[in-house]
Amino acid sequence: MNSTHLLDLSRLQFAATAMYHFLFVPLTLGLSILIAIMESVYVMTGRAVWREMTRFWGILFGINFAMGVATGITMEFQFGTNWAYYSHYVGDIFGVPLAIEGLMAFFLEGTFIGLFFFGWDRLSRRQHLIVTWLVAIGSNLSALWILIANAWMQSPTGAHFNPDTMRMELDSLRDVIFNPVAQSKFVHTVSAGYVTGAIFVLAISAWYLLKGRHIEIAKRSATVALSFGLAASLSVVVLGDESGYTLTQNQKMKIAAIESEWHTAPAPAAFTAFGIPDSASHTTRDRVQVPWMLGLIATRSTDQEVPGIFELVERAKVRIANGIPAYTALRALRRDARNEEARQILVAHAADLGYALLLRKYVDDPAQATPEQIDHAAWDTVPAVGPMFWTFRVMVALGLFFIGLFVVGFVLAARRRLLNSRVFLRVAFWALPLPWVAAELGWVVAEYGRQPWAIAGVLPTFLAVSPIPVANVALSLTGFVVFYSLLAIMDVYLLRKYIRRGPEAVPTHDPGSLPSGALVG
Amino acid sequence: MVDYATLKFIWWLLLGVLLIGFAIMDGFDLGVGMLLPFIAKDDTERRIVINTVGPVWEGNQVWLILGGGAIFAAWPALYAASFSGFYLAMLLVLAALILRPVGFKFRSKMPSERWRGNWDWAIFFGGVVPSLVFGVAMGNLLRGVPYHFDSELRAAYAFGLLDLLNPFALLCGLVSVAMLITQGALFLAVKTEQPISVRAQGVSRVSALVWAALYVIAGLWLWKSGYGLMIESGDSPQGLPNPTAKIAIAQSGAWLANYSRWSCTMLAPACGIAAPLLIALFAKTRARMGLMLLSSLGIAGVIGSMGVSLFPFLLPSSSEPSHSLTVWDASSSERTLGIMLVATALFLPIVLAYTAWVYRVLRGPVTREYIEANRETSY
Repeated sequence: MNSTHLLDLSRLQFAATAMYHFLFVPLTLGLSILIAIMESVYVMTGRAVWREMTRFWGILFGINFAMGVATGITMEFQFGTNWAYYSHYVGDIFGVPLAIEGLMAFFLEGTFIGLFFFGWDRLSRRQHLIVTWLVAIGSNLSALWILIANAWMQSPTGAHFNPDTMRMELDSLRDVIFNPVAQSKFVHTVSAGYVTGAIFVLAISAWYLLKGRHIEIAKRSATVALSFGLAASLSVVVLGDESGYTLTQNQKMKIAAIESEWHTAPAPAAFTAFGIPDSASHTTRDRVQVPWMLGLIATRSTDQEVPGIFELVERAKVRIANGIPAYTALRALRRDARNEEARQILVAHAADLGYALLLRKYVDDPAQATPEQIDHAAWDTVPAVGPMFWTFRVMVALGLFFIGLFVVGFVLAARRRLLNSRVFLRVAFWALPLPWVAAELGWVVAEYGRQPWAIAGVLPTFLAVSPIPVANVALSLTGFVVFYSLLAIMDVYLLRKYIRRGPEAVPTHDPGSLPSGALVG
Repeated sequence: MVDYATLKFIWWLLLGVLLIGFAIMDGFDLGVGMLLPFIAKDDTERRIVINTVGPVWEGNQVWLILGGGAIFAAWPALYAASFSGFYLAMLLVLAALILRPVGFKFRSKMPSERWRGNWDWAIFFGGVVPSLVFGVAMGNLLRGVPYHFDSELRAAYAFGLLDLLNPFALLCGLVSVAMLITQGALFLAVKTEQPISVRAQGVSRVSALVWAALYVIAGLWLWKSGYGLMIESGDSPQGLPNPTAKIAIAQSGAWLANYSRWSCTMLAPACGIAAPLLIALFAKTRARMGLMLLSSLGIAGVIGSMGVSLFPFLLPSSSEPSHSLTVWDASSSERTLGIMLVATALFLPIVLAYTAWVYRVLRGPVTREYIEANRETSY
């Protein structure tokens, strides 16, 4: 009982801290690029209004960035504090992208962000522009490395299990980096960040335009946001589709849960646009289906099947049975590393060792498992179907809405009718929170859908958790929620204050218009 | 090509480099944070103090984050056992490190005196808590912490936060506080003008003396208490990492054995004592940059002496000495250590180069005129 509490609280804490962190990350990703674009226009045209825009959005960027840093530190340490066995078991692989992220990305953005704010009077225009781009590149590189790490949790490649060290070890960093899941996830996630940045700029600009304030800055900002956002929102959906395709290749169970497809349908499978999944009876009621759609998205063919949950559970049973000898051999090897027979059995069955570990929830020695226990363990591989089905659909609907919003806005701006379209401006303003909703739901689909695995097919979540007193986790979870919530409230309050004051709060003197030689050094 | 044992040893050195890098670079910020409520007399002075580290703290803090990431990649067993074993202590540090960036950023964004005053204390705690806790953790390494592994290398611990707060560890915590206050004060002496710079010089003289005195006392205590571990058999430097395969025993004076074995290692504690003494002697002179270098050297000496004393141990276990994590049996695989070494050799020099450039651009003191001219945009 105590151990279920420990697991639940630890998972809740990771989910909460990660979701708090991701309130700030997408805006950093998107706004950093938008600011760099604005400053590039300033340097190319020399017009002061673009410099004012850069500085104004820069202040909002800074408030948000501080919270991103503050909530990010927790993420770097939390694998060790709360997921100790995970860290031991896969640190040899998982730690590598994290450390490279620090070396390559965090130093870049952390070192240059100070100069972005404090370097205006100390750098030439061109130097300052380079600094701004380095911050943007640093932020986006950090997303690349952390998503490579995350993709490895979804689809572990380029590694093997070593019984002598009792952990997974790296075979090929190239496989880890060029993991197809990592590539599509990276572009999907940064594009989502760009959409967030674009909607943030668009919504606030729309508010100024509705109020008739700061027209010059707001109209230019909105135009930049619309063009950037249109490209980004198309990319999110296209790459989301790419994610769906790679998912089909790697995490068939996740896609079956998202579609709440209990039984394998004949190819090409239909896409369920609406339905009420019922996990107790293993059925989906009141389905509204679009023929062929799922088969086309998931397999890019009309003749391949998308396997259903029942079929995948049967496959899991086979893998569990195949994994049991691996686990038995591993125990023998831990007692005596020279047992060559056991070593051969382990090597032959190593791919399914993780499935045998699923049984550890029910029985200490998987070799003693009853058929019922194997049945339970196999059904454990099914994530929560209802939440998967709905979070995915709301996320996709939001993604399509963003495309629509940017298309309409882009057409209006191109016809120079943006300022008069009050309905569009109102919709754009109220769309402000939606990209955050979509981004958080995306993580729910990705990570809640990864359950029961910490590393898909390799290490179940319940074995990964740190064996620490449950009271400590309760304390830290409460602390994080209270602490982060207070900080988030202050963050929103300050953002609001600076948005209400508008770009005029930024001093208008323009040392950038002096001869640049006078400013260097 | 370097062999596995050499790779492990290089990574032990790099661990030291990262910890020292963190203590030197983020030491400025932590020390300045600790001094903030006491060294500045009015709001503008407080803003001067904060703005000395304002543009650089984010980069400095990356040393800690990189330290965490590098331990994860190069010493996964150490990362797992220490971060979860020291759970509540880690949490305290996290709370402080979360509060600090927000404090810098939010403090001067509201005119209210109470708002600013509260954030000043938040920045103070953000400095003092990590400084103290890291020192306390080091002290506990020298005493060993009670933990062991099961056959699947799952760690079990038998200690809580209060067990960590023993007198010796607290003494080590105070060494760390005094050391980082000195570092912060010397940084302020360079980056501010009178009267703050003069006050900072005065502080650095006192804190350097305290640092030297407490460090010597801790050393004598270690020598007198006689605790230490040594490996009896089975921990092969070339071997596959398996922290339960060796036999280690408690041995009186073992923590000082490395100094007689390799006498050049005496250089580390010598720097740890001589540097603060020299700082105290020359605190009032104009050689401010020199003093900052001296203080950095002293920090390297203190952290280096920790490493030399424990070597080859990383996380000694007091309850099951044979399960202690060492340089040879807590590392990641040969391939991972190799890849990480290449990545570090490639990127760390670049990082150092652009960090130096940024400090160069930002050189010169933060003045009252600067704060008053940038009321809205400075911290």
